[in-house]
Amino acid sequence: MKYTEGPEIRDTKAPEGPIEDRWDKRKFSARLVNPANKRKLHVIVVGTGLAGGSAAATLGELGYNVTSFCYQDSPRRAHSIAAQGGINAAKNYRGDGDSIYRLFYDTVKGGDFRARESNVYRLAQVSVNIIDQAVAQGVPFAREYGGLLDTRSFGGAQVSRTFYARGQTGQQLLLGAYQALERQIAAGTVTMHTRHEMLDLIISDGRARGVIVRDMVTGEIERHLADAVVLATGGYGNVFFLSTNAKGCNTTAIWRAHERGAYFANPCYTQIHPTCIPVSGEYQSKLTLMSESLRNDGRVWVPLKKNDTRAPGDIPDEERDYYLERIYPAFGNLVPRDIASRAAKNVCDEGRGVGPGGLGVYLDFRDAINRLGRDAVEKKYGNLFEMYERITGENPYDVPMRIYPAVHYTMGGLWVDYDLQSTIPGLFVVGEANFSDHGANRLGASALMQGLADGYFVLPTTVGDYLADGPFGDVDEEAVAQAEIKVRDKIERLMSVNGTRTPDSFHRELGKLMWDYCGMERTEESLRKALERIPELREEFWQNVKVTGTAEELNQVLEKAGRVADFFDLAELMCLDALVRTESCGGHFRAESQDADGEALRDDEHFAHVSAWEHTADGPVLHKETLEYEYVKMTQRSYK
Amino acid sequence: MNLTLKVWRQSGPSDAGRMVTYRVEDVSPDMSFLEMLDVLNERLIVEGDEPIAFDHDCREGICGMCGMVINGVAHGEQRATTTCQLHMRHFEDGATITIEPWRAAPFPVVKDLVVDRSAFDRIIQAGGFVSVPAGSAPDAHSVPVRKEDADDAFDAATCIGCGACVAACPNGSASLFTAAKITHLGLLPQGQPERLSRAKAMVDQMDAEGFGGCTNTGECTAVCPKGIPLDAIAQMNSDYLKANAK
Repeated sequence: MKYTEGPEIRDTKAPEGPIEDRWDKRKFSARLVNPANKRKLHVIVVGTGLAGGSAAATLGELGYNVTSFCYQDSPRRAHSIAAQGGINAAKNYRGDGDSIYRLFYDTVKGGDFRARESNVYRLAQVSVNIIDQAVAQGVPFAREYGGLLDTRSFGGAQVSRTFYARGQTGQQLLLGAYQALERQIAAGTVTMHTRHEMLDLIISDGRARGVIVRDMVTGEIERHLADAVVLATGGYGNVFFLSTNAKGCNTTAIWRAHERGAYFANPCYTQIHPTCIPVSGEYQSKLTLMSESLRNDGRVWVPLKKNDTRAPGDIPDEERDYYLERIYPAFGNLVPRDIASRAAKNVCDEGRGVGPGGLGVYLDFRDAINRLGRDAVEKKYGNLFEMYERITGENPYDVPMRIYPAVHYTMGGLWVDYDLQSTIPGLFVVGEANFSDHGANRLGASALMQGLADGYFVLPTTVGDYLADGPFGDVDEEAVAQAEIKVRDKIERLMSVNGTRTPDSFHRELGKLMWDYCGMERTEESLRKALERIPELREEFWQNVKVTGTAEELNQVLEKAGRVADFFDLAELMCLDALVRTESCGGHFRAESQDADGEALRDDEHFAHVSAWEHTADGPVLHKETLEYEYVKMTQRSYK
Repeated sequence: MNLTLKVWRQSGPSDAGRMVTYRVEDVSPDMSFLEMLDVLNERLIVEGDEPIAFDHDCREGICGMCGMVINGVAHGEQRATTTCQLHMRHFEDGATITIEPWRAAPFPVVKDLVVDRSAFDRIIQAGGFVSVPAGSAPDAHSVPVRKEDADDAFDAATCIGCGACVAACPNGSASLFTAAKITHLGLLPQGQPERLSRAKAMVDQMDAEGFGGCTNTGECTAVCPKGIPLDAIAQMNSDYLKANAK
């Protein structure tokens, strides 16, 4: 796949000056809209997870006229709901040495020096407000007997700054945002459209002015116009077919915005989560995460000997390899996710993996149960243990869990500036859908933090500044009609192929290819193979896919086919991005770039930049944004 | 395993609907229930038939999107389990399984096993929140909360809004769903100022949506995937009574 290089991105709109003052400066410089005018300003928010739900609710509270969309039957079901472990915040309630600066530092380091300092510092600053907001909403965080909030440790940190609600933190935070959103719906500031899917972005006079959506119940294609559009449509991990994402998660909204001109940044940055339940068979439809919090008390090991078929309980301690504790004594089982995942892959590649196919490692609670008692372990992790037993039929109180890495999160996404605005004026992108804060690897419990920081605190300020120039007048009718025709044509094409293969069968094949060639380990050879194979498979898809039913009704096959079509195009860009970035960093591991110990080796001289891809008729154009580190010195990460 | 499925098929709200029989072969006991339906649907598509429409998303038992009445029981016979977390190892080889949508007047069928649960959102809109705009909150530690209250509030807050309680209730009541939210917020100090008005507004909305009343049969809590206890309904009734006495 050919690409060309375009001009660098030089201005990210971050204010100058000391890092701790930048967000205050931006808040003060952001223009305000008077309350009477806010009602005349219309904002569309697509997606109702932590970022979109909190953004829509907050914009509604401020008095803007908001329209919100989600593909589920209720905004409460967005996939943020499945986040288990917790949310980071620099409250330093434990007095264990935490601070805004330390959270900032840990996040920049954890992201392997591929995130923007200004954005990350703001994230750490705002983190403390999120906890206050959530508690005030009635989010039932875990508490200690004195009535104060409890915290725990997560990977990549040596302080205890993760607030949690048993293993359901995402659910509780999302319900908080959902309830705030429903309150605004009742107040009439937000109009909600459930079971609607965004299929194109409307651009008029160079500004994002609306969306084309499909009513998934009636099949009707609708146009919705506004003064600004916010995409909060999540990540694209489902390009791998098997991931911990919900089945409906897809790239369509951000991909079609990309086709309309929004740059796509670092598409190859994929997070493979180390603690997921291993695949059990060909029919597998998704993978289930076991929260990283389990690594607080669970010990990861494999047998010392290859192909050891003894039951785990029959293997004595001296014949076990607690490899994370051995290789990384300082962080032990709490090393960041990318490192834990690769270490698991390495021991399995050595033939020491456990379970079917040797693709698994043990996560063992024996010692924690002996030390703390079964009740204490049950209180902390009971629901996770139950979930594990339900899926595998094995009881983790008696036998160690088997875990294996799985695709979990995508750090890449649409490029945004400090204001969370994409390269299309008036198109803002929040949460996992943007690329901004996690660099090449996200730390555990930071996704919830980022989603809510964006939605409750950052976006309402920056969108306000943009809207201070509005309303923007009539939308070009031709632009709307053209977008609508494009959407109808694509649906028509999908309906008319009438081939012999299901959309899912193509998706599975694409996913396997991506996992094999652009997964935990990437090489020039594997990526070139993928770039050869993807266009062939896409060609076959458009010749041979079968969509049943009609487009004028609830049609889950059609929905799926449209999403798979976009995954093909995204997959190609991911592989290209991974091919061009010849260094290893965070979740992006190029086998050609590793040190003597097999750790990821960055190439700061050539790759300390964001790769932002522009979509053009002549192929992708790469724009680099150089990353500068004024506060955190770039070092090779070490968790030893 | 080889199974016979009897599945409710209904092309849309105006269709009368009917049970249709399918054979599924070579089912692995490690499959989830929905994966078993995926396999059937893949076959139906290739054969040119319309696959069975059903709601699902996270497939981890937390989003609340899936829900089917399996052999007459909402989410199937395994306790405290959503349909997506139910695995085929709990069925016998050769068994016949009936699969139907939630049935309740306020949950009209959209297609096959997909129903419209937007009534639940409207109950939350009526008052299932604490009125606290973003940015206005005091420090999180300014109000300590007794651990017991926080834990009990959490237990009620785990409701996933799937609607199994309504499907199981002989009266089609949404009491357990509504009471879970009233209890969650009513147990916390942050929820006190709006406690009684919330209970009244939410119960009134529940009635307006056409859900039936509670007669303490307990079918709801028996099928609830999160095990929300029946006590919550007592809490709701108490708050509702106090609100009306004012």
